[in-house]
Amino acid sequence: MEHILSLFIASIFTENLALSFFLGMCTFLAVSKKISTAIGLGAAVIVVQGITVPANNLLYQYLLKDGALAWAGLPEVDLSFLGLICYIGVIAAIVQILEMVLDRYFPALYNALGIFLPLITVNCAILGGTLFMVQRDYDLVESVTYGIGSGVGWALAITALAGVREKLKYSDVPDGLQGLGITFITAGLMSLGFMAFSGIQL
Amino acid sequence: MAGEAKKVVLDPLFDNNPIALQVLGICSALAVTTKLSTALIMCVALTAVTACSNASISMIRNHVPTNIRIIVQMTIIASLVIVVDQVLKAYAFQTSKELSVFVGLIITNCIVLGRAEAFAMKNPVGPSFLDGIGNGLGYSVILIAVGTIRELFGSGTILGYVIMPLQSNGGWYVPNGMMLLPPSAFFIIGLLIWGLRTWKTAQMEKPEYQIHQVHRTEVM
Repeated sequence: MEHILSLFIASIFTENLALSFFLGMCTFLAVSKKISTAIGLGAAVIVVQGITVPANNLLYQYLLKDGALAWAGLPEVDLSFLGLICYIGVIAAIVQILEMVLDRYFPALYNALGIFLPLITVNCAILGGTLFMVQRDYDLVESVTYGIGSGVGWALAITALAGVREKLKYSDVPDGLQGLGITFITAGLMSLGFMAFSGIQL
Repeated sequence: MAGEAKKVVLDPLFDNNPIALQVLGICSALAVTTKLSTALIMCVALTAVTACSNASISMIRNHVPTNIRIIVQMTIIASLVIVVDQVLKAYAFQTSKELSVFVGLIITNCIVLGRAEAFAMKNPVGPSFLDGIGNGLGYSVILIAVGTIRELFGSGTILGYVIMPLQSNGGWYVPNGMMLLPPSAFFIIGLLIWGLRTWKTAQMEKPEYQIHQVHRTEVM
């Protein structure tokens, strides 16, 4: 139990996908102009990450891993080279299904998240989460924890950056640094701040 | 034709740089630049994938129904990335370990999909291939610049050769430890963008909110 808790905290703070692994940077910089949209996108990422990481974990454990096809009588088959194409397929499919389910049963939530859901397919944070899960060989419980934790971490980072940027537009920024440049510097300072968490061990 | 091809290749280097202006493909630009050698491998991999995916998508652009084009593009890109990943594992295992998940993340690198969507779907095979190479090079320029700065000031070496001998090894240079940490990449790219936009002023962004400076002189 403690191990799961520590994994959860680590995936939010010390191994923050956005600020220490730079994943999902494109959306992180592009969609962080307003706090409300940032929160919407963050919520969508938490949901998608919480579903895709465990789903890909099952796929990896029972189909792709070296010797995983033993249950089908093919113990010497190693399909792990097909990993990338399968993961991205699963992510695209799950995002599509999620979109349809939300549209049917939770129209309010669908309208709130609407435009962000399709964008998430090409968000590197989602594929990155899955690839880290495979690389670190998490089991199912760990991958559920890691999926949700890393999603929360990413959402936290983008909301914080949006908060900073909302205030930042009133400040006097040098011409060439306006817009993208100053956002990079801000994200760098935030990343320094998040490094303070790296000493935490549970 | 020759002039046009040159323009397609050279434009993304400074005038329409994928990282500094189009805001594409930033993730890997930040993450793999601690050492110049990994940055170089990443550049080659990305340029190859972008060029090949642009060429193959352009080849089939008239046969793909528009509503499933993203899936088709993703499949082509993912297959190409698998090839690159396997080649790296076979011939440069150490580097492929260092790049860890970032080779796989070329799939979601926005440069590849962005160029496929914006250029390859509308243009013939030849120009699309060149556009892929051009954008790959534009990405490489930034990556190599950041990689050089980080490796030189962070560990005093370039490509593993000692340029500034470290104090711990009897030299004179005290390394700047921050260069090896994630935040420095943000600062360096931010400053590079500042430099580029001071040089090419057309790329500057308008501030969203400005106190009217004209007003002050009027009052006086």
